[in-house]
Amino acid sequence: MRVFMLGWEFPPFISGGLGTACYGLTKAMDQLGIKVTFVLPKMADGKFVTHVKLLTPDLQTSNSFLNLGELKNVSFRTINSPLQAYSTPGSYQRQIEETLRQKQIKSGVLGLTGHSSGGADYGGDMYTEVHRYAALAAELAEKEQFDIVHAHDWMTYPAGIAVAALSGKPLIVHMHATEFDRSGEHVSQMIYDIERKGLHAADKIIAVSYRTRSIIVDRYGISREKVEVVYNGVEHNGDNILADTGIEKDEKIVLFLGRITMQKGPEYFLRAAKRVLDVMDNVKFVMAGSGDLMHRAVEMAAELGIGHKVLFTGFLRGDAVQKIYQMADLFVMPSVSEPFGLVPLEALGNDVPVIISKQSGVAEVLKHALKVDFWDVEEIANKVIAVLKYPPLQATLRDYGNFEVRKLRWTESAARCLRIYEETLVAV
Amino acid sequence: MASICFYFQLHQPLRLRHYTVFDNNGRYFDDSKNAFICRKVANKCYLPANRLLLDIIKKYQGRFRVAYSITGVLLEQLFKFSPEVISTFDALAETGCVEFLAETYYHSLSFLYSRDEFIEQINKHCDTIECLFGQKPKVFRNTELIYNNDLAGLIESMASFDAILTEGADHILGPRSPNFIYRPRGCGRLKLLLKNYALSDDIAFRFSNRDWAEWPLTADKYAQWINNVNGNGNVVNLFMDYETFGEHQWEDTGIFDFMRHLPEEILKHPDNDFKTPSEVIQSYEPAGTIDVSNLISWADTERDLSAWLGNAMQSNAIHELYRLEEKVKKTGNEKIIEDWRKLQTSDHFYYMCTKYFADGDVHKYFNPYDSPYDSYINFMNILGNLHSRCSKQMTGAALGTVSQNKDQPDLQIVC
Repeated sequence: MRVFMLGWEFPPFISGGLGTACYGLTKAMDQLGIKVTFVLPKMADGKFVTHVKLLTPDLQTSNSFLNLGELKNVSFRTINSPLQAYSTPGSYQRQIEETLRQKQIKSGVLGLTGHSSGGADYGGDMYTEVHRYAALAAELAEKEQFDIVHAHDWMTYPAGIAVAALSGKPLIVHMHATEFDRSGEHVSQMIYDIERKGLHAADKIIAVSYRTRSIIVDRYGISREKVEVVYNGVEHNGDNILADTGIEKDEKIVLFLGRITMQKGPEYFLRAAKRVLDVMDNVKFVMAGSGDLMHRAVEMAAELGIGHKVLFTGFLRGDAVQKIYQMADLFVMPSVSEPFGLVPLEALGNDVPVIISKQSGVAEVLKHALKVDFWDVEEIANKVIAVLKYPPLQATLRDYGNFEVRKLRWTESAARCLRIYEETLVAV
Repeated sequence: MASICFYFQLHQPLRLRHYTVFDNNGRYFDDSKNAFICRKVANKCYLPANRLLLDIIKKYQGRFRVAYSITGVLLEQLFKFSPEVISTFDALAETGCVEFLAETYYHSLSFLYSRDEFIEQINKHCDTIECLFGQKPKVFRNTELIYNNDLAGLIESMASFDAILTEGADHILGPRSPNFIYRPRGCGRLKLLLKNYALSDDIAFRFSNRDWAEWPLTADKYAQWINNVNGNGNVVNLFMDYETFGEHQWEDTGIFDFMRHLPEEILKHPDNDFKTPSEVIQSYEPAGTIDVSNLISWADTERDLSAWLGNAMQSNAIHELYRLEEKVKKTGNEKIIEDWRKLQTSDHFYYMCTKYFADGDVHKYFNPYDSPYDSYINFMNILGNLHSRCSKQMTGAALGTVSQNKDQPDLQIVC
């Protein structure tokens, strides 16, 4: 089986779950012997300002940063594009303008309007860019051999449609998040339209949870039979033996790890923190991540009068993530709308018990987690206090939870995808 | 000669309200939920089953005899929510064909943690039964048929009981049959009745299971199995939850019809009869001694205590509960003591079981909580409040600002 896969980011350059999911899935497919051509966008010139510190790939060897020797059946192709995971039309616009400004400064040219002309490199606005990307992807695909096309999330859907149309191969569209998850009711019409078009053009849809499937069926006019559910898995982090770091801490630490954006419910985390601190003193709350609401979160913590009890670490990567898990007593994911939610699985894999929002896909999968409605601040606080107060509760959640996630392997997800590919190929 | 000894267990816990760490009141129990469930079970099970058995008893003019054990916590709820059920039990008592057994009033595991409390609860239960039905119980069964030699010794020493019941588990019987009376090891007078779990569970669990080789189970088929005991057994002890009739096995499975026809089929064989536990032990001598040093129960396949005490949360919760005993009793406050006792009901710990959490099985069906963790959190929050009520009571008493018996418990059954 050969797959032409359109994805996003790939470790180590990731800004969220999408990259992690693509990596996990691709790696597992590789182990199953599925041949994957993985296509993703790459920045040509990396010097511009962004609040998300994405490391720019090495220019000399354009594919070197993706030299992951462990993946034998996967080959990478890049398309020069400033498209990034989690961009919105607004952020893309700002990104382009900033890049243009930097270029102007560099070349010392004045008087150029350059507002919306993208030049040959990229589209001046996101819509143009997404379709430019699609055209380039189709060109690239002509040189490749594959049986099926698999596109991850909306930005790659036009590319998926184009490649499928030109090659005559079936299209699988994978929904990791919908615009409703990201933006609540204030969806971007442009993104919604692209999502809808992709969902209808696809031969089969993969959703990361039954929750997401419901949204697809209810909001995009898709019939239920067209949507399959494949849960994400978790990368088993090797040795989970808690290294005795010798950190003597007298304070409990409650962790929020993820993008600080509306979807993740940071305000509920902070309100619950306040409620906890009303009755319990020796606890600190850590928000590990960055995002468009980070500054607002810092302000809110101050407004609630708990500023001295809430720490903001910014985006964490690599070892820092491990360290934060080792220090945490509890992990909380109060997401407003989470299609799946990889981070609680990661936390459990690192021996940290979790409280998760019922409005998440991962709640369908986990038994040994405390579950709560994201808006129920009182109950979040009730559960946080219980975990911190009663060691048997913390220990049981941790031990059973850790054991439970060992069974959630990407190999299962990859096997399901393979089955879906085969069924789709038979049908067309 | 096989005597069928039917014994039916009746119990409903007092389920807890959702109680957070921020709550600060003494209202621990969810009256509306408990009322709803009590009435539902009364309509589906207690009333139709009692009426059926009354009919059968009258029809066979004394030849059909059964035993019941009803927990105190259920009796209180029946008084409050479904008093008509109590009248049907009155009628059953008056037939003279029904024996009432003794157990802990609060369906508790107090035997394991406080002997004094255990005995107090048994006495309260016996007094209540005598008060309501005019019978002083002579046969004892511990919560969930939990049993070992020590328990038997303790019961014998109380000098009020002639027999005790437990599960006829394979590992205590070895090659022997549960269809005989036995003597508990270490006892001189007390007799032991062992549940025949195969024949009991055929009715209680397998009855409606279409995948069962013996489905459908008819009265005559079952009577044949009983007849096969003749010659190598004196008694067939059929111990089960009364909710088998209408709740676990719904009416449309035919369970009531089965029961209606069973006595006729059984009595076709002249060597068969029905006896209550007291009649059984009067009729037969012990066939041997049964030695049970480790605690057994009638729960799950393990027949042990893992359903209530298998994980850290359960054992922590129950230890904390019994640690409060001295403090609670020192307050002398009846409401506090009553609340503490109602928290001892074994179901509260059962809900915290993680054994089969991943599989949606029988544990989960009866669990009012979404998860065992929620149950533990709820219980511990309540316990925390009870603890602080005790402290307040003692401080108040010391300062003379609080009268000892200001709070009365919800309901007292008095005669």
